[in-house]
Amino acid sequence: MSGPSSDYDPVEVTPLRADEVEKMRDDALAAVATAGDLAALKQARQEHTGDRSPLALANREIGALPPQARKEAGRRVGQARGAVAKALTEREQVLEVEREQRILAEESVDVTLPWDREPRGARHPLTTLQDRIEDVFIAMGWEVAEGPEVEAEWLNFDALNFGPDHPARTMQDTFWLEPAAAALVLRTHTSPVQARTMLTREPPIYIVCPGRVFRTDTLDATHAPAFTQVEGLAIDEGLSMADLKGTLDHFWESMFGAGITTRFRPSFFPFTEPSAEVDLVCIACRGEQPAVATCRTCKGEGWMEWGGCGVVNPRVLVACGVDPERYSGYAFGMGIERTLMVRHGINDMRDIVEGDVRFTVPFGMEI
Amino acid sequence: MRVPLSWLREYVDLPADVTPAALADRLTTLGLKFEALHAAGADVTGSLVVGRVLSFESEKHSNGKTIRWCQVDVGEGEPRGIVCGAHNFAVDNLVVVALPGATLAGGFEIAARTTYGHVSDGMICSARELDLGDEHAGIIVLGSADSVDMKPGDDAAELLHLRDDVIEFEINPDRAYALSVRGVARDAAIAYGVEFRDPADQVVPTPDDAGYPVRLDDTDGCPAFAARTVSGFDPTAPTPRWLARRVQLAGMRPISLAVDVTNYVMLELGQPIHGYDRNAVSGPIVVRRATAGEKLTTLDGVSRSLDPEDLLITDDSGPIGLAGVMGGETTEMSESTSDVLIEAAHFSAVTVYRTERRHQLPSEASRRFERGVDPTLPARAAQRVADLLVAHGGGRIDDGVTLVGSAPAPVAVAMTTDLPTRVTGIEIDEATSVGALEQVGCTVEVAGGRITAVPPPWRPDLTDPNDLVEEVARIVGYDAVPSRSPVAPAGHGLTEVQRVRRRIGRQLAGSGYVEVLSQPFVGSSDWERLGLADDDARRRTIRIANPLSEEEPELRTTLLPGLLRALARNVARGQVDLSLFETGLVFLPKGDGAVAPIPSVDRRPSDDELAAIEAALPDQPEHLAVALCGDRERAGWWGGGRAAGWFDAVAAIRAVAETLGVPLTVRSGAADPWHPGRCAELVLGDEVVGRAGELHPRVCTAYGLPARTAVAEVDLAALLARADTMVVGPRVSSYPVAKEDVALIIDASVPAAEVEAVLRSGAGELCESVRLFDVYTGEQIGEGRKSLAFALRFRAPDRTLTEADTSVARDAAVAAAVQRFGAVPRV
Ligand SMILES: [Zn+2]
Repeated sequence: MSGPSSDYDPVEVTPLRADEVEKMRDDALAAVATAGDLAALKQARQEHTGDRSPLALANREIGALPPQARKEAGRRVGQARGAVAKALTEREQVLEVEREQRILAEESVDVTLPWDREPRGARHPLTTLQDRIEDVFIAMGWEVAEGPEVEAEWLNFDALNFGPDHPARTMQDTFWLEPAAAALVLRTHTSPVQARTMLTREPPIYIVCPGRVFRTDTLDATHAPAFTQVEGLAIDEGLSMADLKGTLDHFWESMFGAGITTRFRPSFFPFTEPSAEVDLVCIACRGEQPAVATCRTCKGEGWMEWGGCGVVNPRVLVACGVDPERYSGYAFGMGIERTLMVRHGINDMRDIVEGDVRFTVPFGMEI
Repeated sequence: MRVPLSWLREYVDLPADVTPAALADRLTTLGLKFEALHAAGADVTGSLVVGRVLSFESEKHSNGKTIRWCQVDVGEGEPRGIVCGAHNFAVDNLVVVALPGATLAGGFEIAARTTYGHVSDGMICSARELDLGDEHAGIIVLGSADSVDMKPGDDAAELLHLRDDVIEFEINPDRAYALSVRGVARDAAIAYGVEFRDPADQVVPTPDDAGYPVRLDDTDGCPAFAARTVSGFDPTAPTPRWLARRVQLAGMRPISLAVDVTNYVMLELGQPIHGYDRNAVSGPIVVRRATAGEKLTTLDGVSRSLDPEDLLITDDSGPIGLAGVMGGETTEMSESTSDVLIEAAHFSAVTVYRTERRHQLPSEASRRFERGVDPTLPARAAQRVADLLVAHGGGRIDDGVTLVGSAPAPVAVAMTTDLPTRVTGIEIDEATSVGALEQVGCTVEVAGGRITAVPPPWRPDLTDPNDLVEEVARIVGYDAVPSRSPVAPAGHGLTEVQRVRRRIGRQLAGSGYVEVLSQPFVGSSDWERLGLADDDARRRTIRIANPLSEEEPELRTTLLPGLLRALARNVARGQVDLSLFETGLVFLPKGDGAVAPIPSVDRRPSDDELAAIEAALPDQPEHLAVALCGDRERAGWWGGGRAAGWFDAVAAIRAVAETLGVPLTVRSGAADPWHPGRCAELVLGDEVVGRAGELHPRVCTAYGLPARTAVAEVDLAALLARADTMVVGPRVSSYPVAKEDVALIIDASVPAAEVEAVLRSGAGELCESVRLFDVYTGEQIGEGRKSLAFALRFRAPDRTLTEADTSVARDAAVAAAVQRFGAVPRV
């Protein structure tokens, strides 16, 4: 600080003296520094920078000085005010951070509190498993076909080479509908959908037919009178049992993972000839020693029965309007409940049927 | 079919090292499906010997039982003392004694122990204790002391043929030949490449006219009939133990020599046999169809009214048997029958099947006939029965050999040489195919690229080229089928409806609903619980002719019974906050008496026939239903819960309709089983496609459900038919929104949805949305009135709206409501 010039106007203005200005500044800085919260800071701002504050008053005196002294006084007061303003800003930032931290700390919660306000929904595992099965075939270029559950006797039996006087007809444990003359049944398999497709479309045909089917089995741990099946049908030129085996091998690998193989055994179904039972290598032990010996899934067999299949009987092609000289095909079927039970370790069919939410909810939206 | 291996090995020399399990596996690969393996007699171990009863003393004990304290010679020098509770034996009888250390059926261990004051040093066995039959009242008496074929101390297990391995097969309908030991042995011989000795290969005397007279009036139903008679045989002669044991192991009950022999021959050859009391049959046997009004009392004591299609065995007295199904009571062999008429006939499969079905009379005989029996067997089978009867029962086979009619000739089947390869995908050459067909008994000729096979008489199932392929394939082995992936033409994926169905499921599950899949069977108790009026359309159902339960003989016409039962089951099990949904078909009779035709299968049905089939089916629309009870949102540390209510049910269906892009509207309605004041009709066009709301309190009570349970059911098929899921991209205006609130006082009965619709149309194009945000009733409003408060949003696509624009639009909306409903704007 330089002292007053000797050629000043002799009139001296006390508030503008260097020491006075410094004191005002220091008072202000002290007030700012000691302001404990934003309210105190606001008051300090009022007192030290407001219209009635010493520095503001001093600033107003500058005009009273002789012109040659104004510059010096103005610089002095300006610097003081600048220092105070800067301190205010800095202090304000500090206090705002402090305030925010305090508020946030106060607002902390117990994040371990549970949240089960909205109910958890789920699709039925039979539905989602059916979706999954469909998707495997869709990926192979197949399509999904559907049909009615109350079906004409002709489509459920005759068209599929179940002759009216063949014992196979009674093996199906059919629900017959009244009146008998109407010739209607609850379909015993989804094969009528295959017949419907052949009757209405030209080959090549590659379809899967999932859906509900009915047999006169009382509900117990392994049976339900209404249950779910998926059947497949391929009609094209030059198809054989080898294509059937390839299709099923691919399908089961998609469902249960690589290394799942199938085995055919001669069997009998009126709508296929030759016919086969499909055994699937046990998904638990894979038929490998020593696990197979104690395996409960396959009861030590190494294989599990999974459904029937075969080459479409040319008689079925004829009844459905497909030229058996030009086309051949294959068909297969399996139970979705059984697949679900084995894939997911379910012991009792009744759990699938009864609709207890504790059973269904864990399966969620996809399977 | 249960096959004792000792029996099987009589006709085929199986390699010694073949285990029963390996044999069962091998035959399974040939098409005889393994069902179970029974190690008969295997749990009877230790010393089981022939004992001779030297003496016994009867002792009456304080518990009221009389026991015999026996001295039994078991071939040891010193007799053993044994306590026995049975009384059916005499001194010098030979009996079966289990010595201490032996184990009997069921793991029962024999030890010397004190009983009734004696140390019983072994046990005299009954049939049941050895798993030889059900007989347990008396012990087994093997014979008397002068029997030549046994003596005390001999191994009784061997004598009784106790130990055998029995393979049980499930025989498919196309392999009727395997319903006999003969047929299974033939396949076993093929399996191991060894010789087969046919038990049917036997010399039969030339038929003559001196036999029992038989006339066939219906040679379609009965093409061949053989008969022999045996006279003077001893009806009390016991069945040889080996024979009875085989019959028993094959799953039939030994009864008497004559019956056991007929069953034995049926099991051996597959030819059902019927034996008549020769002296009860009067006059010639005539095989004919029944005439109307005829009756027959069958062996089971049931009097049956006969159908003109039933094929009968008759004599001068009328019907004496249902051909191939069951004999009649009047000619049944009795304990004193010493003259037997043996019938071994061939009946057509269809005839037997229909009669068996008509009279609900499945039998071992009908099971074989309906699947197809070798028609060349009758004469040989009749001879075999006669031989066995006189061999073990004495008497003599009468002269005179009856054989009327003849076996139908097998029909040749031809296929192209390459068919087996084309069908199976296995490379199979001509020689392999011919060899396989000859192995199964066909007579084969090859010419001009075709294989022609005449099936053997025991294979009536071989009628088509593909049948021959299956025979070739099973001999070659199904394991040889290669795995090849066919390439389907490019597909189109799921249909729109299939996609949308999945979307609905995910949507409902995503909003907390759990899917159930109920069984579709219902009954009158369901309709009563739902409180449906007698004339309610949902009571018009399709009935099942053979329901599992008389309580549930109908097919559902609504999803509600199954869904509410599932809901109630959950509630009963302690789950109280529930949201369930179900989709599935319901079955609505057309009631026009339409009959589905059954066209011939030798061609495609005509389009008219197919249309008639479709027309006879009931309507089967897919429905969707939801049901809720308890809290939709649960109470917790966050505050109170929100009870599920009628509005949730409505909202669920509205949301589905929105997903489907279907313009579903809601209006007030009333229908069972809903609360009459809380039932919404769901309307599509001018059709009510569903209802939603609160369940009637009485229905809640009937199902054991909490009050205020809410349900909705909608014809999903109707919604799917109108689905329009193609969203047209909206143009989003970036100009500011102008908001106006409108409160209207209105008669309480006016539905909010109608007011909203009127406001919306009155507000004009600038109106972006109308949302009801408050409903108020109270004193200021007045009795029978309510105040509805709506938030209106306005926006233009091309400019910022002025206050004037907005208020003009708002006023127009209010004016419309005033005019339509007499609404009073609330200021
Ligand atoms: Zn296993």
